[in-house]
Amino acid sequence: MIRFENVSKVYTRGARPALEDVSVDVQRGEFVFLVGASGSGKSTFLSLVLREHRPTRGSIYVAGRDVARLSAWRVPKLRRELGVVFQDFRLLQNKTVYENVAFALKVIGRPRSAVRDTVPEILDMVGLTGKEKRMPTELSGGEQQRAAIARAIVNRPQILLADEPTGNLDPTTSLGIMRLLDRINSTGTTVVMATHDDEIVNEMRRRVVELSDGVVVRDEASGGYGERESILPDVGRSAVLDTPTGSVRRLSAIPRPGQPRVRAFTRGEA
Amino acid sequence: MRFQFVAGEVAAGLRRNTTMVVAVVLVTFVSLTFVGAAALLQSQIGKLKDDWYDLVQVSVFLCPTGSLMPTCAAGEATDDQIDAVRDVIDTELADEVEAVYVETKAEAFDAFTERYPNGYQGTQLTEDDMQASLRLELADPEQFAVVSDVLTGRDGVELVEDQRAVFEPLFRTLNVATLLAAGLAGVMLLAAVLLITTTIRLSAVSRRKETEIMRLVGASNLFVQLPFLLEGAIAAVTGALLACLGLWLAVRFLVTDWLERSVDWVAYVDSGDVLTVAPFLVLVAVALAAVSSVVTLNRYTRI
Ligand SMILES: Nc1ncnc2c1ncn2[C@@H]1O[C@H](COP(=O)(O)OP(=O)(O)OP(=O)(O)O)[C@@H](O)[C@H]1O
Ligand SMILES: [Mg+2]
Repeated sequence: MIRFENVSKVYTRGARPALEDVSVDVQRGEFVFLVGASGSGKSTFLSLVLREHRPTRGSIYVAGRDVARLSAWRVPKLRRELGVVFQDFRLLQNKTVYENVAFALKVIGRPRSAVRDTVPEILDMVGLTGKEKRMPTELSGGEQQRAAIARAIVNRPQILLADEPTGNLDPTTSLGIMRLLDRINSTGTTVVMATHDDEIVNEMRRRVVELSDGVVVRDEASGGYGERESILPDVGRSAVLDTPTGSVRRLSAIPRPGQPRVRAFTRGEA
Repeated sequence: MRFQFVAGEVAAGLRRNTTMVVAVVLVTFVSLTFVGAAALLQSQIGKLKDDWYDLVQVSVFLCPTGSLMPTCAAGEATDDQIDAVRDVIDTELADEVEAVYVETKAEAFDAFTERYPNGYQGTQLTEDDMQASLRLELADPEQFAVVSDVLTGRDGVELVEDQRAVFEPLFRTLNVATLLAAGLAGVMLLAAVLLITTTIRLSAVSRRKETEIMRLVGASNLFVQLPFLLEGAIAAVTGALLACLGLWLAVRFLVTDWLERSVDWVAYVDSGDVLTVAPFLVLVAVALAAVSSVVTLNRYTRI
């Protein structure tokens, strides 16, 4: 579904590459976590899939298209196969939840009837029924992210890209968002999610691709977040590890068909 | 759905940028008024040429009493002299001259009193103040020099005059006015392009979030840019329509109602000519908007 072949990305000539010789193959229906320290190239990876940038070297195939060599006028077609969500939600502040989601369909020229049918269905799926008429400012962070996810999947994309979707949310809310992403994944949508959230990664036990300075250092089928030290730079380390000690947070496992529920864990074990 | 959405976006954009849009409308209005004025002046020159070049070509003025020209030493041109001149025209100038009209003093006086029924600048002239002449219609008006060479200096001929030359100063003036109007139009058009560019840019910046989302969900380039294109085009075309209206009113009230009534022997441009110019003005406006849009949008709403 997504294949990177020896991909390098250099933003400014002479600078350190943001990605270097990255080869990753993501199958249809997979759920992949992209982890790595800040600046390791996670967002760059996602922007190459979206073809916001072109790779400096190597080939990228997304949904059967050779993205690196895709001509500009075909890019919209590619993006209709992709959904994206961000840490900062990027909802249009002057539109209601309903209008935000409908916007994504209107601007690709979907007929009015399709908009009328699909939007309520998707809002129901993400659990925002009854809040259609709210403005983004009248929603909690979690609800805003649900609205953003609704907008990303309303056109039923094959792939959902998420760049730190839980970065602005508290653990409980994050868990709700992860459940939602998991449900979207279980309907066959390929999900690639860049994250710093170790609890979520450890809990979900999905494929983990770890980047470090633009290089893939780990690609594990059902991995954990990995060692904090290697991932967090010195500055970030104390801030995160300074969370109240002894606070044991239970994350109820996310049910997946055909898999035993994942054992709850404490931060100490991570 | 597409149409409705684009129309909604355009309306929103126009509302958001009202002052800029009004500025664009005004600048295109003024600039295209100048363009239109230049075009109408040219068409006025054309009309005058059509009218007058046919009427008057070469006048061979025959000696009046009291002329100081050497060829008129014998006083007023006699019938013999006139016949001799006509002979020369019929023989030597047979190829050049197509027709000869004789204007006697009486005819000249009639034409004069018809034009100035109340006398010329307060003086009542008599038939004897008039001058007889031969009017020559040339096969090719450009051959004036040949005709003049042959006839000048013959007895009884006071002066051979290319009547078209009489209008040259007038046409020169009109041409200069055209150039002035066109020059001003050029400067104003440049201002219009810059203003439209700025307006579109402001509009694009103020809607960055929307266009960003549009790009991410796969809206086509045209769909992202069309509202901005239309905004510029609508403002510019409104300016063009105002210019057409302004020119139409000017021609209707200044030329048709006023000038034509005071000086009625000249063919003037009329509202019909304005209608001929109008489509071109609208076209220029569309071109302006298109050029500005292409320049701006490729920088501000790139995929
Ligand atoms: N548009 C850009 N122009 C130039 N350099 C860039 C650009 N985007 C990212 N970079 C650089 O590329 C490197 C990788 O950045 P990237 O945003 O991919 O990291 P990241 O893993 O997403 O980090 P974070 O976890 O903080 O979001 C960084 O060194 C960054 O400075
Ligand atoms: Mg990032």
